[in-house]
Amino acid sequence: MNRNLSGYRTRTVTACVLICILMLAMTGRLQYLMICRADYYGRMAENLHQRERTIKAARGRILDRNGTVIATNRTVCTVSVIHNQIEEPEQVAHLLAGELGISEEEVRKKVDRYSSREIIKTNVDKETGDRIRLLRLAGVKVDEDYRRYYPYDSLASKVLGFTGGDNQGIIGLEVRYEEYLKGRNGLILTMADAAGVELENAFEDRIEPEPGADLTVSLDVNIQTYAQQAALKVMEEKNAKRVTVIVMDPRNGELLAMVNVPEFNLNDPFTLNTEPEPGDTASKQDLLNRMWRNPAINDTYEPGSTFKIVTAAAGLEAGVVGLNDHFSCPGFRIVEDRKIRCHKTGGHGGETFLQATMNSCNPVFIDVGQRLGVEKYYHYFTQFGLLGKTGVDLPGEAATIMHKKEDMGLVELATVSFGQSFQITPLQLITTASSIINGGTRVTPHFAMRAVSADGANVHTFTYSVREGIVSAETSATMRYMLEQVVAEGGGKNAKIEGYAIGGKTATSEKLPRSLKKYISSFMGFAPADDPQVIALITIDEPEGVYYGGTIAAPVIADIFRNILPYLGIEAKEVAVDYSGKKTYTNP
Amino acid sequence: MRPENGKEEDGMAQEKERKKRSQRFYDYSLLFAIVFLTIFGLIMIYSSSSYKAAIDHDGNAAYFMVRQGAVASVGLVLMIVISKMDYHWYAKVWKLGTVIVWILMLLVTFTPLGREYNGKKRWLGYSSFSFQPSELVKILVIVALASMIVRYGKDIDRFAGKFRVMMLVLPLALIVVINNLSTGIIIVGIGFVMMFVATKERWPYVLCIAAAALVLIFAGPIGKALTSMGILQDYQLGRINVWLDPEAYSQEGGFQVLQGLYAIGSGGLFGKGLGQSIQKMGFVPEAQNDMIFSIICEELGLFGAVSLILIFMFMIYRFMVIASNAPDLFGSMLVVGVMGHIAIQVILNIAVVTNTIPNTGITLPFISYGGTSVLFLLVEMGMVLSVSNQIKLEK
Repeated sequence: MNRNLSGYRTRTVTACVLICILMLAMTGRLQYLMICRADYYGRMAENLHQRERTIKAARGRILDRNGTVIATNRTVCTVSVIHNQIEEPEQVAHLLAGELGISEEEVRKKVDRYSSREIIKTNVDKETGDRIRLLRLAGVKVDEDYRRYYPYDSLASKVLGFTGGDNQGIIGLEVRYEEYLKGRNGLILTMADAAGVELENAFEDRIEPEPGADLTVSLDVNIQTYAQQAALKVMEEKNAKRVTVIVMDPRNGELLAMVNVPEFNLNDPFTLNTEPEPGDTASKQDLLNRMWRNPAINDTYEPGSTFKIVTAAAGLEAGVVGLNDHFSCPGFRIVEDRKIRCHKTGGHGGETFLQATMNSCNPVFIDVGQRLGVEKYYHYFTQFGLLGKTGVDLPGEAATIMHKKEDMGLVELATVSFGQSFQITPLQLITTASSIINGGTRVTPHFAMRAVSADGANVHTFTYSVREGIVSAETSATMRYMLEQVVAEGGGKNAKIEGYAIGGKTATSEKLPRSLKKYISSFMGFAPADDPQVIALITIDEPEGVYYGGTIAAPVIADIFRNILPYLGIEAKEVAVDYSGKKTYTNP
Repeated sequence: MRPENGKEEDGMAQEKERKKRSQRFYDYSLLFAIVFLTIFGLIMIYSSSSYKAAIDHDGNAAYFMVRQGAVASVGLVLMIVISKMDYHWYAKVWKLGTVIVWILMLLVTFTPLGREYNGKKRWLGYSSFSFQPSELVKILVIVALASMIVRYGKDIDRFAGKFRVMMLVLPLALIVVINNLSTGIIIVGIGFVMMFVATKERWPYVLCIAAAALVLIFAGPIGKALTSMGILQDYQLGRINVWLDPEAYSQEGGFQVLQGLYAIGSGGLFGKGLGQSIQKMGFVPEAQNDMIFSIICEELGLFGAVSLILIFMFMIYRFMVIASNAPDLFGSMLVVGVMGHIAIQVILNIAVVTNTIPNTGITLPFISYGGTSVLFLLVEMGMVLSVSNQIKLEK
């Protein structure tokens, strides 16, 4: 080789060595990145690639007290198309249109739209979804989803409530017990490319969803169904606006039925159940809200004569009146400057307190109220729990609307004594009456009994507060006797049933403003009278024609009791058969 | 002193060649490395581009690989042919070549014949055939400098010699820089390496390297100062900021750098396995181009990446051996030029991908997608093999 090249050669070697040093420096840099920083960048990359997809948890069912399912889930499908993956758009459009019952053009338009995912139809039933899936059309996706389903459609609609698009409770028990029912959604972690398209065969992480707990409520489907039929019947007969029936166990506050007709279809809660009245300018949403209201607990009314139970119990408890105390009714009572009339214009004349109760005589109850005085009356009003809410496990319970103690004069006292000039909810009335007749225990009316996790491992039993001694056992017994007499021989005689001792009280309240002459007829009854196991209240809103509670409301409760008492295992008594037989004789 | 030296050598070599054709050397290990890298490049192009290619080119996952493969096979044949030819005739045509290259560069830069892609006018061509003249500039600079160094002999150590070399290289680099900064840098770099080997002085080169290092170290403040003086454009300052802290400037372009780093970092020691990259699925933009090394890191891990660098180092070593044993200075300088070219591109590409220097679009030789690039690279390899082929084996 040429010696003259030696200088070049040395420098070539130098250059080569320098290049190799630089390349080694690069491998050093790589080692730093791929060993020391690997965790950091690896994690960052994973965050970037991972897509979270939630798996909906199945919402817990709602069961009645006998285990009958009254709210459950149904699998429905969402059919969608992915533009990029469609191979035969015409066939896809044709087949989907056929299966789903939509026009082919409409489907074709969606198929041709350039978007990542186009929903063709939601809430497709599972069978159709499965059929479409079996067609194996490229680019057509069928996703399963849960949808709340109520097997009894409108049964106890305003109590159960319904769920919204995300399966979340909107009204009623569905929203009240959301935390038990909803469960926990699961997650699918998948990898996606930069455009967000999920990768096939990519590693998947899955967190299983946890289904919601099943909720057992105190409702009894049979009682609820029967009560609803009875309520519907009277509503139609009397062309009433609304009828509410509450059936409760007075011993513990378990609500066996709560009917508010007209009910609405829980499987289609956004369709109005009545034609809007002409001239009603309320928006659709207002009308819906009105439809969803539960008047048994969301609305207050003047209870009227049924409230005499409270005045009587307070009077007996305070000792200001006895069963055989004599009163006289001239048809009215003058309190301060007001003349307050009795419903019997001619007056009941002389009567004992028991008879006055049977007659539902206003002047006598005014007298009892006046004997108690504002102070004591207010004391009992409060003690009975009337001033607060009942604490029922439904949202939106209305509070009592009552005079302030300092604003209450004798006239107000007089009107309150027979159930006017203040408002309570029907549920408040039945709860207070329960505590008066059950021996003096203020119970909390409720539906939820227990929540059982889907695997049965976790059972939560709901407990409710109880306040004892709000009236003495003696007063309670007297009240039961008095109210039994009301049905046996007084204004509530239309509630009589063969073989059973029924206690009860009627009411006919005039709605405000009084000038409209609109009424709420009601009746509250319980059985057996000496050991109440079931108490029921019916309110008929704005009946047409005869509107006396004793005439139109009492027979409905009798009808319900006739059917549910044997069902509840409360047997007819021999003695009572004789007793009622005799009575049947006297009242042809 | 002896300007005729080169010519004499040529004559001698040719004479001996005629006598002892069968005893000449041929660098098969280099040939093997070249073929290996080209095929490995095709595999990696398929791996890194198939996912996006299938989406963008009607399900044709092999779109990029097939195009590259076609050019590469033509290139390999061309390489063998060139390697069997005598290389000395280049020295006779370099001036003509310079003129042609200038015409091509002017055409691509200033006439509508130049095709624009991603805002850069780098391609010259008609219908589906197009190529980047700037790739040709690299070869021309290698051939021209080798010829000039041989021609000037010891004069190259004087200012006049260097000035002439600069007068050739710098204007060419400048016209390339208009649309392609990185190729301009490579051209200057090739000149730098060749002159380093050709001249005796050390200090200018040491100073240059030191200056470059200083600029890199103080890039942030310098960039700000230059921008405030209006010399640097905002987007160029942006690149510097991105380089210094890609996460803070992800919106200004750090995204791409970060995606490369994610890919490298998630590779770990042995990688996710060939074809298993996720970053190639649209995260690293045009993964088959400049950023392909990051996908190699992700799929083959540190092990694969270092192996690849070692193969390049082996190549460089072979270049050095050939250059040192070349029958004459011209052959030697040709090989040195090619060595400089490959080394600069490999080092800068890996440095960019690992965010060691600010982002400039430099392709990884033999691996990155690019027809012109692989074609001219194989032509250069043919030239090197041809030099190797004229080494006499000593007994």
